[in-house]
Amino acid sequence: MAAKEMKPIWYFVGLIVLVIGGLVMVSGIYILFNPPVVKTVLAETHPNIWWGGIMMLFGGGMFLKMRKQSR
Amino acid sequence: MEAIGLTLIDWIIIVIYFGFVLGIGLYLRRYTKSQEDFFLAGRKNSAWVAGLAFLSANLGALELLGMTGNTFKYGMYVAHFYWIGAIPAMLFLGIYMMPFYYSSKINSIPGYLKLRFDEKTRVLNGIAFAVMTLLVSGINLYAMALVLHTFLGWNWDYSMWASAITVAGYVTLSGLLSAIFTEIIQFFLIWFGLFLVSILGIIEIGSVSEMMARINTYSAQVSFTTLWSTSSNPMENGMFIHWGGIVLGLGFVLSFGYWTTDFLVVQRAFSAKNLRSARMTPIIASFFKMALPFIVIVAGLIAIALSIDPKSGFKLLQDGGQANYDSALPLLIARYYPPGLVGLGVTALLAGFMAGQAGNVSAFNTVWTYDIYKSVLNKKASDAHLLWMGKISTIVGVILSLVTAYWAKGFPSIMDYMQAIFSWVNAPLFATMLLGMFIWWITPNGAFWGLVAGMTSSILMYLGVKFHWFAESIITMSSVQSDMAANFWRAWWAWLICAAVTVLVSLFTKKRPKEELVGLVKGLTKEKHDQDIPFIKRPEFYAIISLIVFILLNIWFW
Repeated sequence: MAAKEMKPIWYFVGLIVLVIGGLVMVSGIYILFNPPVVKTVLAETHPNIWWGGIMMLFGGGMFLKMRKQSR
Repeated sequence: MEAIGLTLIDWIIIVIYFGFVLGIGLYLRRYTKSQEDFFLAGRKNSAWVAGLAFLSANLGALELLGMTGNTFKYGMYVAHFYWIGAIPAMLFLGIYMMPFYYSSKINSIPGYLKLRFDEKTRVLNGIAFAVMTLLVSGINLYAMALVLHTFLGWNWDYSMWASAITVAGYVTLSGLLSAIFTEIIQFFLIWFGLFLVSILGIIEIGSVSEMMARINTYSAQVSFTTLWSTSSNPMENGMFIHWGGIVLGLGFVLSFGYWTTDFLVVQRAFSAKNLRSARMTPIIASFFKMALPFIVIVAGLIAIALSIDPKSGFKLLQDGGQANYDSALPLLIARYYPPGLVGLGVTALLAGFMAGQAGNVSAFNTVWTYDIYKSVLNKKASDAHLLWMGKISTIVGVILSLVTAYWAKGFPSIMDYMQAIFSWVNAPLFATMLLGMFIWWITPNGAFWGLVAGMTSSILMYLGVKFHWFAESIITMSSVQSDMAANFWRAWWAWLICAAVTVLVSLFTKKRPKEELVGLVKGLTKEKHDQDIPFIKRPEFYAIISLIVFILLNIWFW
């Protein structure tokens, strides 16, 4: 039986960026409602939320495109 | 400094990344059956995959901790490593050298030396490269241990061993293929994990011009914020170097020596599916290389601007009474990143170190297996045996790089250590390659003795300064001292000595017939690649665009 065709690298890149971006965003939402005692510089800009969102958009777009192509 | 505590979410991100790369190694194992799969990733990668891997193989500890630390130490002159110290050489590789490398179907750079010259030149370079690779691999281990030590308070020894075992695991599973996959994943994680430091740093300080103004006010005599305008007098720039040293030592010898002959990066281009993709590999990489200063140089400048402001509370770690420059980037991450982002930042750093180390180990196993083991020790080895040897040498290479990691720990800045090594091996090799590829009458004996003379002289110059046999000013032709300036100038002299001895010996030794050199030497080979495709799709077109961007950046930051 022939081996299944190898998934392209972009599939894995999209997946890991999507997953990590999601976790970063979730952590940002958690911090929003439960602020830590020691705050980082510029914590008031909530970098987790918007940066995690950018990662999810990028990773999600790449992952979905590759998933569609490999079907 | 107290160790920075990681929260549960940070740990989850780090563990997911480690699980992901090991999972990829396992997944790719079923596609790694032959020795060509293991050592050259089956030669089926696109130009984009090979191009990003080409860049990422170089994007290890050196680019992250080392370059940010060096920007703190030397100022903006460090950007020369990304621009004049990389772009012309990468374009030269893609346009002129790659056709000879790729078309001769070699497995490694020493393999080209065997075809062009002889076996002894190949073995000499193979051994030198193997030693250099292990030394550089040690840097990656050391840098990774620094991050784990800084952030988690882990023991140096445990940190080095933990990362070494992970890299040995996934490279042994599927060789270059898994190294390339993880390198590309690392490329994206580095951008997402570290570019935010630059963004938040600029937001805190106010603007880029405010940052530059603060640094200039603090250091009025020596410029930390210019590229060329203070290079005519070494006393006026943070690197204490003359433009001649930058152009000849870094821009010509070290840069061309590294980017055109270092098998670690060139191996990625060999994995491309055809000649056009192989030629596009370094050209695509050149665009991303030019963008990297927006992470590392900007972060280094932010660290300077913060450290001169007492109210900021920012201070580098101290190591034995000396400032630890390499701690600049981890400290900025700790300053700006809340839980979650800390996990991403640490993962980006770890990814960079592991990919850098994996790159060195995969290059080492190829050169050891083909250019030393098969060439000298076991000439009749079967394909299956070579595949087995590749896996064994991966594990041995990782163990040996652990030893070199302890040596790297003794250097004040890892970038100085790195450039010292390159000036021993790559600088003379570039002279041999350049002469061999473009002049047909260079002889095997000329190449061999030129390499011996170049490498020996470079090491002697290094030892001579280190043990005070003679003054550094003899090499740098300057009264001010700088490790980096010494590296640049030593590379230049090693190149010149290698080139002179190669030419001289070639004049008096037996030349190879021209017909044996077809396909290996320019002028004896008909070059018709990519002539049937439109100009805007040719590598030359993209090389011109890259060159224009390169020139504009240098003018902009003059």
